[in-house]
Amino acid sequence: MATGQRVTSFSASRVRADIPLLARVVNGRTITYLDSGASSLQPRAVIGAMSRYYELRHANVHRGVYQTANEATEAYEGSRAAVARFINAPGGAEEVVFTKNTTESLNLLAKSWGAANLQAGDVVLLSEMEHHANIVPWFQLRDTTGIEVRFIPVTDDFRLDLTNLDELLKGVKLLSVTSMSNVLGTKNPIKAVAQAAHAVGALVAVDAAQSIVHELTDVTDLDIDFMAFSGHKMLGPTGIGVLWTRQRVLDTMPPFLGGGGMIADVRVDGFTPAKGVARFEAGTPPIAEAVGLFAAVRYLEGLGMENVAAHDEELTGDALTRLESTFDGRVRVIGPSNTNRGGVISLDVQGVHPHDVAQVLDQFGVCVRPGHHCAKPLMKRFNLSATARASFGPYSMTKDTDVLLEALESALKMFG
Amino acid sequence: MANLEDLYREIILDHYRSPRNRGELPTPPAHKVEGFNPLCGDEVTVYLDVEDGVLKDIKMTGHGCSISQSSSSLMGSAVKGKPIEQVQATIDTFKQLMTAHETTLSKDTEHDDEVDLRTLGELAALQGVVKFPVRIKCAVLAWNTLRQGLEEIAD
Repeated sequence: MATGQRVTSFSASRVRADIPLLARVVNGRTITYLDSGASSLQPRAVIGAMSRYYELRHANVHRGVYQTANEATEAYEGSRAAVARFINAPGGAEEVVFTKNTTESLNLLAKSWGAANLQAGDVVLLSEMEHHANIVPWFQLRDTTGIEVRFIPVTDDFRLDLTNLDELLKGVKLLSVTSMSNVLGTKNPIKAVAQAAHAVGALVAVDAAQSIVHELTDVTDLDIDFMAFSGHKMLGPTGIGVLWTRQRVLDTMPPFLGGGGMIADVRVDGFTPAKGVARFEAGTPPIAEAVGLFAAVRYLEGLGMENVAAHDEELTGDALTRLESTFDGRVRVIGPSNTNRGGVISLDVQGVHPHDVAQVLDQFGVCVRPGHHCAKPLMKRFNLSATARASFGPYSMTKDTDVLLEALESALKMFG
Repeated sequence: MANLEDLYREIILDHYRSPRNRGELPTPPAHKVEGFNPLCGDEVTVYLDVEDGVLKDIKMTGHGCSISQSSSSLMGSAVKGKPIEQVQATIDTFKQLMTAHETTLSKDTEHDDEVDLRTLGELAALQGVVKFPVRIKCAVLAWNTLRQGLEEIAD
């Protein structure tokens, strides 16, 4: 891990210059991209790595003996090793399973580990601020096995309510929570809740889809058992995600999809699954996407996640302060004040529905996301049907907030 | 480039701010039908009072964006008190308006497949929605709900 003194050259404007899409003009204005919470933008390093892979090295992995097949396999496995290093996986690359996205990672967790290790009466503890991807697979498992799904409530100031955690943890076999809410921006105290869950013998899974690009991730330090995240939310391509889990846990998980690549042997009377992560990667995997993810990891390491996190905190603090001072309550932030939170800012604009907010903002070239953000239980908790969400990436700058404020003023005026 | 003014006409904003025929009708005799846009969370509930082939009364509740809620309000004003046949025809005309590409919109009725805006009255204010394809689902929510309700009554 990067510790101690670090010579930093982080500059958001330099990152911005690396992102081709940020030069795009929309509705006569240069794009103001504030939807990184939905999907981040890719630097040339990522796009170029994927292009070069297709132009020079493409072949299927794990099979051929020829030069380019070996290179493709090396690139694919190299990406796995890079991801393991990025999150400080204690067991290295052999703990990193490539999936399609965070959703598939959480489904793999529920449908493989969950189905094999949980039974009627066992409890899976989630939180009220989870994305549907960390709720629905558990309800599906409940409907087939009879497990109980329980929720940690969220306080009025948008944090996990841990006052009754001991009570909530009774009978829990798995705690599965987000490290950063995709609606509120709240960063959860994963280390503390993981410790409490482990004390009752439960395993701990973390949905890191949002936090992965907002802070330094260290699964060894967090002392957790599973982590799920997506490539496209960390400057990488769509179509690739990760489920990290400890080697000893991985060994207890049966295969999920059957097919080529996941077997040790197939006979006319049955099959023997492969050992290790290969067991979960049936069929031709997302090779170019792994190459792109590799490049994204290297890019983020080059920036330094500590620097990215500091920049995110500064940007978020500035936006929260200015939203408050500019609109004097006409724009309400649905999320906590600026401690232990990241650059995801949900807005409730007085008298203007989030879809209309987003529509007006589009006229200014501002990209925000309206809707329930796949977190309907959380929306219900705060009696909202939707919010308009602005979210930052490492390339975001205060000038993005300038345009956001200008466009919000216009929305208020139009509907006022 | 599609202009925001094409979408947010004054009539639309007016119906959004002060929706007409807002409320509930006692069921029975009225028929209640609900419509949802699961992707954006818009909701419209329509209460229909049909007697002797006439839509005697209609009331609506719900929440959502200005387009879904104003379309609901405009719909109520357009169909209240009308014979069911005419209500069905208005639904057809409106849905045709929403599926029509903007270049096929016409002020006359020379061609059968074109929408006659004159028959739509205030509803024509919603024609700008077709320039914003993702918002069409907002505009048609109330209408699909009304049609479903009429079908349920007929069954």
